[in-house]
Amino acid sequence: MIESMISAFAEITSGTHLLYLFGGVIMGLVVGIFPGLGGIVGLSLLLPFLYGMDPTSALAMLIGLVAIIPTSDTFTSVLMGIPGSSASQATVLDGFPLAKKGEAARALGAAFSASLYGGVIGAIVLTFFIVIARPVILLFTSAELFMLTILGLSMVGVLAGNCLSKGLLACGLGLMFGALGGAPATGEFRMSFDNAYLGDGLPLVVVGLAMFAVPEIIDLLRSGGSISKSAKLGSGWTQGFKDMWAYRWLCTRCAGIGCIIGALPGLGGSVVDWIAYGHVKQTAKDSSQFGKGDIRGVLAPESANNAKEGGGLIPTLLFAIPGSGSMAVFLGGMELIGLEPGPSMVDGKLNLTYVIIWSLALANVIGAGCCLLISRNVAQLTTIKYVYLAPFMVMVICFAAFQATRDLGDLMVLFAVGLVGIMFKRFGWPRPAFLIGFVLADNSETYLYQAVQFYDWGFLLRPGVIIIFVLTVISIWFGARNAPTGETDLADENKPKPTNMKPQAYFAAFVVFLFAWGLIDGVQHSFLGAVYPVGICLVMLPIAGRLFYVTAKNKTEHAANFDYEIEGDHAGKEGVPGLVYYLTWLAGFIATVMLVGFWIAITGFFLTFLRVHSDASWTRILTMTTCGVGFITSLSWIMVLNFPGGFLQYYFKLPWPLS
Amino acid sequence: MIRTSILTLAAAGFVATTFGAPSPVVAQKVDFAGKRIEWIIPYGTGGGSNRWARFYVPWLQKALPGNPIVAVKNMPGASSTKGTNYFARRGTKDGLSILGTSGSTQFPFLLGDRRVKYDYADWEVILATPVGGVVYINKSLGVKSASDMKKLQKAKLKFGSQGPTSLDLVPLLAFDILGLNVKPVFGMKGRGPSRLAFERGEVRIDYQTTPAFLKRVTPLVKKGIAIPIMTWGTLNENGKLVRDPTFPNLPHVGEVYKMMHGKAPKGPAWTAWKAFMAAGFPAQKMIFVKKGTPKNIVAAWRAAAAKAIAMPGFEAAKNKKLGKYEQATGKKAQALYKVATNVPPAAKKWVLNWLKTRYNKVP
Repeated sequence: MIESMISAFAEITSGTHLLYLFGGVIMGLVVGIFPGLGGIVGLSLLLPFLYGMDPTSALAMLIGLVAIIPTSDTFTSVLMGIPGSSASQATVLDGFPLAKKGEAARALGAAFSASLYGGVIGAIVLTFFIVIARPVILLFTSAELFMLTILGLSMVGVLAGNCLSKGLLACGLGLMFGALGGAPATGEFRMSFDNAYLGDGLPLVVVGLAMFAVPEIIDLLRSGGSISKSAKLGSGWTQGFKDMWAYRWLCTRCAGIGCIIGALPGLGGSVVDWIAYGHVKQTAKDSSQFGKGDIRGVLAPESANNAKEGGGLIPTLLFAIPGSGSMAVFLGGMELIGLEPGPSMVDGKLNLTYVIIWSLALANVIGAGCCLLISRNVAQLTTIKYVYLAPFMVMVICFAAFQATRDLGDLMVLFAVGLVGIMFKRFGWPRPAFLIGFVLADNSETYLYQAVQFYDWGFLLRPGVIIIFVLTVISIWFGARNAPTGETDLADENKPKPTNMKPQAYFAAFVVFLFAWGLIDGVQHSFLGAVYPVGICLVMLPIAGRLFYVTAKNKTEHAANFDYEIEGDHAGKEGVPGLVYYLTWLAGFIATVMLVGFWIAITGFFLTFLRVHSDASWTRILTMTTCGVGFITSLSWIMVLNFPGGFLQYYFKLPWPLS
Repeated sequence: MIRTSILTLAAAGFVATTFGAPSPVVAQKVDFAGKRIEWIIPYGTGGGSNRWARFYVPWLQKALPGNPIVAVKNMPGASSTKGTNYFARRGTKDGLSILGTSGSTQFPFLLGDRRVKYDYADWEVILATPVGGVVYINKSLGVKSASDMKKLQKAKLKFGSQGPTSLDLVPLLAFDILGLNVKPVFGMKGRGPSRLAFERGEVRIDYQTTPAFLKRVTPLVKKGIAIPIMTWGTLNENGKLVRDPTFPNLPHVGEVYKMMHGKAPKGPAWTAWKAFMAAGFPAQKMIFVKKGTPKNIVAAWRAAAAKAIAMPGFEAAKNKKLGKYEQATGKKAQALYKVATNVPPAAKKWVLNWLKTRYNKVP
């Protein structure tokens, strides 16, 4: 082991290795900063270079690229509230409110130093863990994995905000949305209206964008001004670094969690961030500021998600089972170079494994360092008047959503789920609880079914299952102890509580309807295809019914009572357009895409939106349009991406980029 | 005068491009120099089809006239019907867009899955890559080779599967025919997770395709955890099932049946199995251009495929990555394509009925 370490150390400190690693990092940074791209697109860019390179240099480049992906999309999630990948959805929760407070540079500084720190801690854990990892991982069978999903779901308690029934319902809706599409046991298509797109289920990235980015865009446009309310940047990234150091034990814990959960094949990296976020919230003494810009809410997921990439290396290297999208890319690249993952990675090729693990840590340091250096400049974006940014945002979000499956359905789901997200924001429903339900829906159902098939119900008595169950109970106990009491944690104490709960009642009725529909759809399937969604709906219906009763009876003193339209920052201000106004713009844009395709629609959107909402001259509008559309066009050309097409493209063959 | 001749020329050009009649001017040399060829792979970046395509890209680039860029475009979704439907609707007839299919694209087509909006008859095959499958079991079952397979009949076995209408139809039906007591556990996200379930000891029988077996299971065989017992075999020129050339020491399913039951397998189940095995494995992966592509372009593609597999270094690289199967081009590829995409109606009917009664599944 020591010998392998020494030879690996010599390898990674050699000049060429560093150079290629750096090259990979820069490439990943350029691709990854744009939401929705990242790993797969990065690989296709890198592939032509990999051929004919010597394996070690190619490997260095590949690692550089993979390491930076969960780091670089932090920019858009903190600055604009756009989670470009599942790795940054939890970061949005507190990162974006910080940017709105004018502390974007601090939030970025904290995020990147946490990434860096988490990446290094992850590498240290891995260095020792990898040697014993194989038997340990094989202990986690479908039964233990199922119990882990329950541990994840128990985080709902802390992510629920002040009203537990809303939290449970949000999680239930997440589970139900996640159950949409092919059933794991039977392949029956649930709740999908015989539609091929829905048959594959809703893509996580689109749901994340819809729940977080869409409501924020609308909100920002309505409140006017710039993202940073003070139009200032506040203290710089050094403050963020100091924050990280002040909470270094928290970061160490989250990095450990990230590393271990990332190492379990089959659970998927997307859970890690939510578990880290839930962990910091349930262990914090004062958790009242979470969701409003608590720096710990940025530190926890960021330190966890870089460590997770390291952990994800274990199943990839030892079993050739990639745990995340970026690891699938990495595996593909390894095979291209001619490296075979498998047990030999710790038997004969341990030095190579160390080269990989440490290169990943080093790439994290380089990547996060680069991001830190440019963060102050990029943070300037938050001081720009939002009206000018908005068309770019719409373009970025729609383009990112479209990368999920490259189907027009991505945009429709973005809009439809975006409506739900807007309602969630308005009525103070916890979006994180929805996301955690959504992320765990498929895994919890699949592993429950498989565990019962493999071990019968006796699986509940397996020692591993019992240990994780005890952990779950402890987690719930911690969460209950720190549950916020009294006032709604989103509300501003100075604003009056809503007196008319009718809009809330309508939404509650809509939720009742959704679960009822899930139930009706569910019972039409065979037992194995139906039992999971029907079970969820049966549990959720009474809770939803009760909430409807409370809101319809206008019980204003109930904890559920919240309406952002009355309690939000913009409430009571002059000249704020209604919620529907900008929504109509978005709907109009997506409808235009369906008619004439993305390229024409986005050009038109830029022109009309800027003309109507800003006082810019035509020259300036044209310049901005050319910049925006030109950028996305060249990006697509380089990366062989298509734009969403509409009816026009269906009936006529048009030259690229119109096609 | 000049004007009229220009008009005539333009009209001739119009006719030529519209009706695909090769005009004498273009019928000569095909040159893809400076062009970018879009290769649609209806699978994600993690799987075997992507690996296969990425393996072929540099060889094709070298072999095609003018050395164009070949860009792989992964379009996964809806069991590969999404990307394939896309090619069927949007693929151009100029040799600049090609499709790579796999057995899991063939099966929904053959079984009449309602998501399928493509027809293999609309395409011209350029190349076909055969592959095999190997069944292996856990050593704890006490079976050392196929010769004591009879012992296995008593064991209750579980098998990790993606679903009965996927390529797993071939193993599931084979186990039924052999009379093994195998219960599939569905919901596996691919063959990889099934192998992991084998390593965990959750399932004790599994199969992998040749490249995956060579790379991933061989270490387990060396450690003594896994014991390979049989292959699907492959079909010779006369349509007879013979041993897989990559594993000459392993018996094929037909031989194993004989060892277990004392007679050669026959009957509608066996015929159906052979038909679907032939659709799924001997031409598992194929490259297509659309029918209606000018003849000289199709010919250029076929020549390039033949040239690619004859290049120095190809054979060794292929044996390592894809197994020791002869890559088929030209007439051979066309023959394999016919077998793979034309299952006898009786076999199809039998399988559909089997899926319905055994798994309550209508594709």
